Amino acid sequence: MKIIVFIEKDPRTGALRDVSIELAYKAYSLVKPFQGEAVGVFVGDELPEDCEKAFQFGLHRLVYYLNAKLAHLHSIAYKNIIQAMIEAETPDIVLFGATHTGRDLAPLLASALKTGLTADCTQLHIDEYKSRGPILYQVRPAFGGNILATIITPEQRPMMATVREGVMLPPETKPQHPIRTEPFALRFQEQWIINEFLSVAPKLTKINFNRTHIIVAGGAGVGSRANFRLINQLADAFGGEVGASRAAVDFGFAPKERQIGQTGAVVRPKLYIACGISGSIQHRAGMDESQKIMAINSDPQAPIFSIAHLGIVGDLKEIIPVLLQYLKEA
Amino acid sequence: MKKIIVLAKQVPDTANITGQAMKADGTVNRAALPTVFNPDDLNAMETALRIKDAIRAEVIVITMGPPAAVAILKDALYMGADRVILISDRKFAGADTLATSYVLAEAIKKIGAVDLVLAGRQAIDGDTAQVGPQVAEKIGFNQVTYITDIETITEDYLVVARDGELQTERIKTPFPVLLTITDETNTPRYPNCLNMLKYFRAGTASQLEATLGDITGDNDWETARAHNQVIPVWKAEDLGLDLNRCGIKGSPTRVHKIENITLTGGDLELYNTDPMAIKQLVLDLRKDYAEVNE
Ligand SMILES: Cc1cc2nc3c(=O)[nH]c(=O)nc-3n(C[C@H](O)[C@H](O)[C@H](O)COP(=O)(O)OP(=O)(O)OC[C@H]3O[C@@H](n4cnc5c(N)ncnc54)[C@H](O)[C@@H]3O)c2cc1C
Repeated sequence: MKIIVFIEKDPRTGALRDVSIELAYKAYSLVKPFQGEAVGVFVGDELPEDCEKAFQFGLHRLVYYLNAKLAHLHSIAYKNIIQAMIEAETPDIVLFGATHTGRDLAPLLASALKTGLTADCTQLHIDEYKSRGPILYQVRPAFGGNILATIITPEQRPMMATVREGVMLPPETKPQHPIRTEPFALRFQEQWIINEFLSVAPKLTKINFNRTHIIVAGGAGVGSRANFRLINQLADAFGGEVGASRAAVDFGFAPKERQIGQTGAVVRPKLYIACGISGSIQHRAGMDESQKIMAINSDPQAPIFSIAHLGIVGDLKEIIPVLLQYLKEA
Repeated sequence: MKKIIVLAKQVPDTANITGQAMKADGTVNRAALPTVFNPDDLNAMETALRIKDAIRAEVIVITMGPPAAVAILKDALYMGADRVILISDRKFAGADTLATSYVLAEAIKKIGAVDLVLAGRQAIDGDTAQVGPQVAEKIGFNQVTYITDIETITEDYLVVARDGELQTERIKTPFPVLLTITDETNTPRYPNCLNMLKYFRAGTASQLEATLGDITGDNDWETARAHNQVIPVWKAEDLGLDLNRCGIKGSPTRVHKIENITLTGGDLELYNTDPMAIKQLVLDLRKDYAEVNE
C-alpha cells in the first residue's frame, strides 16, 4: 500500500500548511497495517522551511520539484509535474487537501489519469472490498450537507480524494520518522507557464480555528452588527475565537472568513458556544464534532438544542451581558 | 468574434431536501425535487454576458441533463444567451464528474473554435467543483479557478482576480482558457422581458411537437426555427462518443453507502435565565477551559 499526499506551503509564512501535516499523519495511519509507505510530493519554488514536521508526523519520504517559475499556482505546470511523479511512484491512493490549490489540481490529475476522485472528504478508511482486496472508503457530506455519502473507486488506480482541513487532526504522540527527501528529475518546459501573476496580496485574516479550544459563534439572532460586539467580548472573556453562521455573515455582522459550516470552516473545539444560531444542517456540518456545545437561543425548539450539551433559553442580548459581568467578577 | 461556452447545470434545490430523495442504489431521485439553475452557474452566465457587452462575442450555453433541464436553457436565453444546447441521452445516466466532463468536452470540441469556457465554481448538489477543471484537461485548455472578479476584458486576454484562499491573486490570462466563477464575481442579471416574449415557447423538437404538430413543412416550425426557438438536443451518437466513457460505465466512482444525517446529543442540560445558575455555569466553564487555552 502506497499513498501519495500533496504537500502545500503557506505562501505567506513559507511553512507547511496544517492540512498537509494532517494528511501526512492520515496517510501514515492508513498504510501502517500494510507496512506501506506514505510519500509526499511537493512542487514550488522552495521547499517549506519546516519540512521536517511532515516526517515527525509520519511521512516516510518526500519527492520534490523546484523551479523559480513555480512560486505561484500554474495549473498546467503543476499538473504535468505531479502526473509524472504519480506515474513514477504508482501509488494506490493520492490525497490532496481540499484547499483552493488542491481542488484546482486534483480534478486535472484525475481526468488525465482517468480515475475516480472524491471531493471534500471528512473521513477515510481502508477496508476489504469483495475480492478486490483493500480499498479506500471515502466519506463526504453531500446534497447540501443533508446526507453522508461513502464513495469508493473499485477498479481504477490510483484512488484519489481531497480532504477537508481540520477534520483529521493528528494525536499528540507522533511517529517521528527520519527526514528523507528526493529531487524529482523532469525537464522543465516554458510552455507550461501560461498565466502571468500581476500581483498577489496575502490575506491576513485567515483564522486558525484549529489552534483555539473555545469558539463563540453568533448567528442571525444577534440582530445587528453593533450587537455582535457582545460575541466578540464573550470570546475575549473566554480567550477564544469568534465564529459566525452564514446568516450572520450575509447580514454583514461578521466577515466571511469567520463562517463555520459546510461552506465555511470545519471546527472541533473543546467548547463551542452558539449564540442566536438555529442549528441548520449546514451549520452543524461545521461544528457538531465539538467536544462540548453550549447554545443560547430564545426559541426552546431551535434544532441547535438537540445537539447541545448546555443550553440557556432566552434573549442573548440580556444573557451575554450577565455572563460577561460574572466572568469579569471572577 | 469570441466564442464563449457556459457550462450550466440544473440542480435540486438542496436547501430543502432530505435523504428520502435518494433512491435505493444511492443515486438521486431528481424527479422528487424542485430544481433550480445552479447558483454559481448564473454568475458564470453573467460573466459571459458582460464579456459580450465589452467585446464582440457569441454566448453558447450547454448543459448535460434530462429533457427537463431545458428549463435552465430557457432561463439562459431569457438572460441573453445566443444559443443553447441540451446534451441528453439515457446513456449518460449515473455519470460521475469524469464521465460528465468527457461528454461536455466532446460537445465543446464539436462546437469548435472556442475561446473561453466558463463554469460555476461548484454545483450545490455535489459540491465537487471538479467538472470545470476536468473539462479543461480534456480540451487541453489552461484554467484559472475561484475567480472573484474580471478586471479587464480585451480581444487577447483577460485580467482576473482569483481567490487563492490564503492570498488574492491578479492574473493575466490569454485565450483560450477555462475559468471557474464564484458568486463574488458579479450579480446575475434578471431575465430580459423581450427575450422572455421571444423564447417563452422555446423547447426541444419533441417538446414543440406537442404544440406545433408534425415537424414537416409547417409554417409554424419555420418560424420557430427562424426565431431560434428550437433547442437542439445532442445525443451520444451525435457526438460520436465512446460509450465506455459515458454514464455509469464511464464512471470510476461508486456510491457505496448513503446515511441521513440525524441529530445526535440528547443529554442537554437546560438553564433558565436564573442569574445564580448561569453564574455557576460560566464560572465552571471558565475553570474547565482555562488551562486548555494556554
Ligand atoms: C448550500 C448551502 C450552504 C450553506 N452553508 C452554510 C455554512 O457553511 N454555515 C452556516 O452557518 N450556514 C450555511 N448555510 C445556511 C443555513 O442553511 C442557514 O440558513 C444558516 O445557518 C442560518 O443561520 P442562523 O442560525 O444564524 O440564522 P437563523 O436560522 O435565522 O436562526 C437565528 C436563531 O436566532 C434565534 N434568536 C433570534 N433572536 C434571538 C435573541 N434575541 N436571543 C437569542 N436567540 C435569538 C432564533 O430563535 C433562531 O434560532 C448554507 C446553506 C446552503 C443552502
